[in-house]
Amino acid sequence: MNVAANMNRTNGKNGSNVSEPAWVRVLLTAVALGFIALFLLLPLGAVFAQALEKGWDAYLAALKEPDTLSAIRLTLITAVLCVPVNLLFGIIAAWAIAKFSFPGKSFLVTLIDLPFSVSPVVSGLIYVLIFGLQGWLGPWLQAHDIKIIFAVPGIVLATVFVTFPFVARELIPLMESQGRDEEEAALTLGAGGLQTFFRVTFPNIKWGVLYGVILCNARAMGEFGAVSVVSGHVRGATNTIPLQVEILYNEYSYAAAFAVASLLALLALVTLAVKSVAEWKINQTLVTPGSER
Amino acid sequence: MGLFRRKHAVLPGFGPSLGYTIFYLSVVVLIPLSALFFKTATLSWDQFVTAVAAPRVLASYRVTFGSALVAAAVNGVFGVLVAWVLVRYRFPGKKLIDALVDLPFALPTAVAGITLASIYSANGWLGSRLEPLGIKVAFTPVGIMVAMIFIGLPFVVRTVQPVLEELDQEIEEAASCLGASRWQTFYRVLFPTMLPAILTGFALAFARAVGEYGSIIFIAGNMPMESEITPLLIITKLEQYDYAGATAIATVMLLVSFLLLLSINMLQKWSRRFADN
Repeated sequence: MNVAANMNRTNGKNGSNVSEPAWVRVLLTAVALGFIALFLLLPLGAVFAQALEKGWDAYLAALKEPDTLSAIRLTLITAVLCVPVNLLFGIIAAWAIAKFSFPGKSFLVTLIDLPFSVSPVVSGLIYVLIFGLQGWLGPWLQAHDIKIIFAVPGIVLATVFVTFPFVARELIPLMESQGRDEEEAALTLGAGGLQTFFRVTFPNIKWGVLYGVILCNARAMGEFGAVSVVSGHVRGATNTIPLQVEILYNEYSYAAAFAVASLLALLALVTLAVKSVAEWKINQTLVTPGSER
Repeated sequence: MGLFRRKHAVLPGFGPSLGYTIFYLSVVVLIPLSALFFKTATLSWDQFVTAVAAPRVLASYRVTFGSALVAAAVNGVFGVLVAWVLVRYRFPGKKLIDALVDLPFALPTAVAGITLASIYSANGWLGSRLEPLGIKVAFTPVGIMVAMIFIGLPFVVRTVQPVLEELDQEIEEAASCLGASRWQTFYRVLFPTMLPAILTGFALAFARAVGEYGSIIFIAGNMPMESEITPLLIITKLEQYDYAGATAIATVMLLVSFLLLLSINMLQKWSRRFADN
């Protein structure tokens, strides 16, 4: 996940003549690949195999179900609302943390990482405690006829919480590794603050931004635990794609459940592809001459 | 990095950007999390203890932490092996396999959950082959471990991989020149260097497994006292409108997360010191 940690990838393939005997190498590679095949490839293949078990027509029909379409719509709305706010936060936080030094900085970074270490179920629960009927704001919200829990706003809030660190934690190490010489030069040459950001900083971090956004988006669209606590599972109204998958599966409509799940698996594959490209681009910008290291 | 110790920064925007960071962090993360503690504080000590130490709850801790420990240990072994093979050896499709290691990060947990459950169930691809051997995976604690291994794998691989990449092979050559066998070199020279990263990866995988919900509940069977994980118990209490019980258990889970986060931070500091030497 951490690009900066990978930044000085040595291009040193085994130039060294110290290595294991060939049979050990083959054996270790076989065991590692076997483990990957068993735990990663097999499940991935199983999603698509079971989605298409009853043929293309059944597959497409499952995706065209009104409840499924409404789940897709809600998932898209959630991602469209969550990703930009966390993107904006990520960039601003990375600017403050990477470009300046101040006391308590590493503590602040730990706090930003916090949502990653909280169980998704607990992430959902805290919003129930605030906005639920028995919660802090519950009575007031009910008096004003505002629904947050078991409604769309709760889903969006819980998703913002669980996707909170993605962009920031990607940009902080990247911007720290780039230092601030280029920005200082731009300011000395008379550029304004925003001009410096958009003309100097942003081109340097754009692949890091893409990397953070794609991971943030994948989690926003795929979050299950937190959303399941606050959603209320109202069909056609408060079900996101992962919740729709759960409902179909629990009703024993396996083919339909896997058909809808295959959408999320495709999203995961696209995410991995974009992530690999972004990683490659980041490493490229970091090893070009003139940049640090 | 320590070059910039100037009192007055030249770059603009420090005040507003730090201010916004702290404001947004408080609104989205800190205030909601504090709700958990305030709610717990309204319980009396007896109520709290009854909620977090009931037999069914204690059994769920055993299932959750025990399975997470086994899964993290399995990942500790195979994750290091995968990282080693990816860094040191060449084979066709290596780039693809490398990218695929992050699949558990990218694949939504509900999808992983139903897929693993169907593969390992009695008429699934693997379940149908394991059943005649008397091995049941789905709907048993073993299934919980399988799901936890799946979601934890990338943590170990991705923390060990960069350390292996930066290892100076001259050290290995020196060890070999001094007469060490390959195994001795690995055991005495490479392994100690990798150890902080391995432990960090282990702790990250463990922490993730402890809180995991989506990929587990489909394969777990969810029998109280036997294969019921703590996050599921929180949801069960919520569905029974037992807010106090749910909150108390969640507080325990949150405290455990904090402890794990703290130890992971310390491990990372340790490995960084290792790397600098």
